[in-house]
Amino acid sequence: MNSKVASGPHDPANQRAVYVFEAPVRLWHWLHAFSFAALAVTGYLIANPLPSLAGEASDHFLMGDIRLIHFISAYVFAIGFAVRVYWALVGNRYAREIFYLPFWRPSWWKGLFYEIGFYLFLTRRQHKMLGHNPLAQAAMFFLNTLVTIFMIGTGFALYSEGLGIDSWADRMFGWVIPLIGDSEGVHDWHNLGMWVMLTFVIIHIYMAVRADIIGRESSVSTIIGGWRMFKDDQP
Amino acid sequence: MGIQQTFYEAMREHGITRRSFLKFCSLTAAGLGMGPEFAGKIAHALETKPRTPVIWLHGLECTCCTESFIRSAHPLAADVILSMISLDYDDTIMAAAGYQAEEILDQTIAKYDGNFILACEGNPPLNEDGMYCIQAGKPYVEKLRRMADHCKAIIAWGSCASWGCVQAAHPNPTRATPIHKVITDKPVIKVPGCPPIAEVMTGVITYMLTFDRFPELDRQGRPKMFYSQRLHDKCYRRPHFDAGQFVERFDDEGARKGYCLYKMGCKGPTTHNACSTVEWNGGLSWPVKSGHGCLGCAEDNFWDRGSFYSSVTNLNVTGQVEATADKVGGILAGAAAIGVAAHAAASVVSHTKDSNKGGAQQ
Repeated sequence: MNSKVASGPHDPANQRAVYVFEAPVRLWHWLHAFSFAALAVTGYLIANPLPSLAGEASDHFLMGDIRLIHFISAYVFAIGFAVRVYWALVGNRYAREIFYLPFWRPSWWKGLFYEIGFYLFLTRRQHKMLGHNPLAQAAMFFLNTLVTIFMIGTGFALYSEGLGIDSWADRMFGWVIPLIGDSEGVHDWHNLGMWVMLTFVIIHIYMAVRADIIGRESSVSTIIGGWRMFKDDQP
Repeated sequence: MGIQQTFYEAMREHGITRRSFLKFCSLTAAGLGMGPEFAGKIAHALETKPRTPVIWLHGLECTCCTESFIRSAHPLAADVILSMISLDYDDTIMAAAGYQAEEILDQTIAKYDGNFILACEGNPPLNEDGMYCIQAGKPYVEKLRRMADHCKAIIAWGSCASWGCVQAAHPNPTRATPIHKVITDKPVIKVPGCPPIAEVMTGVITYMLTFDRFPELDRQGRPKMFYSQRLHDKCYRRPHFDAGQFVERFDDEGARKGYCLYKMGCKGPTTHNACSTVEWNGGLSWPVKSGHGCLGCAEDNFWDRGSFYSSVTNLNVTGQVEATADKVGGILAGAAAIGVAAHAAASVVSHTKDSNKGGAQQ
């Protein structure tokens, strides 16, 4: 939907700056990023604990603290995402981009293949984008939005095992465990979900910085200030 | 033994005194976590209700469930339960053999149609029309289906009947299949474990005979009273886990001090069973107490997860993937990092080239 090339001088795509990401979207982005960082590190340490501590058990609470940070970050991650879903409904059009793929639009597919060609250096000229290009949108949808939902579902399902049967988490998420098979399996897939998300983060940060340096519009500052700035006046 | 005989009468007939009977009722009430007032209810029910026969079938299994069951540590349980449930048929421990034994099945169906409990130990193999398990000249699955048609309810004893266990481990050549996937029209209660704890078995069967219904089950069909918590939740070594004190090798200082066995692959954090509270052999010990991690025998797929001595186990994709999430994920993230670095280098080259041509990259 945003893959259109601007057609005239008054087209918004020709403006030098457009307000794209509203405050709740930006705030969520950073909460999401930092809570994921905390979750990934603590989650890895829960699966592969640090070297054993000596002394009395009553002197330490290392694993307990690591788990506590994991759970607090998980609440930030999950509640942040819930608010973000709400904002997708009431926010501007760019707030909705990561929640669906307009696969029924031929222009979206055209844009997708155009972007793939661009990143394979087959095409030199980059389209001007207000929001996400179709390739970025697909990556966001599959590797971030869906994985986020998966991580929240499996995460709270595992959390429910500690809270106990018939707890709120068990009633809301407990069904995930028999769906995947067993508790150990849910742990494993939850672990793999972290790696998929980390893979996304690596590509995402690279793409954002790359776009900022050699692309046609601002990218890193956009997710801080919300304004998309263009480096040229051409369509 | 007519259909009118009560449980109590059956027990008295077997020489159980009233005093022993009442002791058993209190112990069972306590074992089921139901409070002292239920001892009277259990006693009343057993005195007034006609005895329900139990048919105990054996499929592909190792008999460890029976071995566990007859060692129930409830004082008297061996006597009381065995006389009470009157195992009308149990291949392993009954006196009858051959045609006499098989006749009991016909008699039970004739006398107690729709009114007996079917206790299944082990599971049927379905490949080659069930020819991998033959009893009395016929595939076991046929016997199971026939008895299931006439029973009131089914108990799936152990991990074999509940999940499949070792004979269903990948590649499962005989297609050993858990009971609930073969019999779909009768209620099935799962009592997993390899074997299940004796007190759990007697507790479940007493509850069913006393109250004429299943105890409350969780989503996977296991009785909540014994399977709603993980071993980890009630493990006496849990404080060492929370502190971050782990056994790193079986001969290190931590092992001698009784630290947490999580790093040695203990599956306590993912295994739902009552081992850490009820324990084994009359409350004598259980795996973690003896210094070895839990293998997770009460959980589905526990054979297909690779090493028993690793905290991160193989992703279970129909037993095909022999790699952990950390391995698969590490390769994924590593490949992304290499791809990004290569793409960045290519971008710099392409950008420089385009800039030299005079800004044509725009």
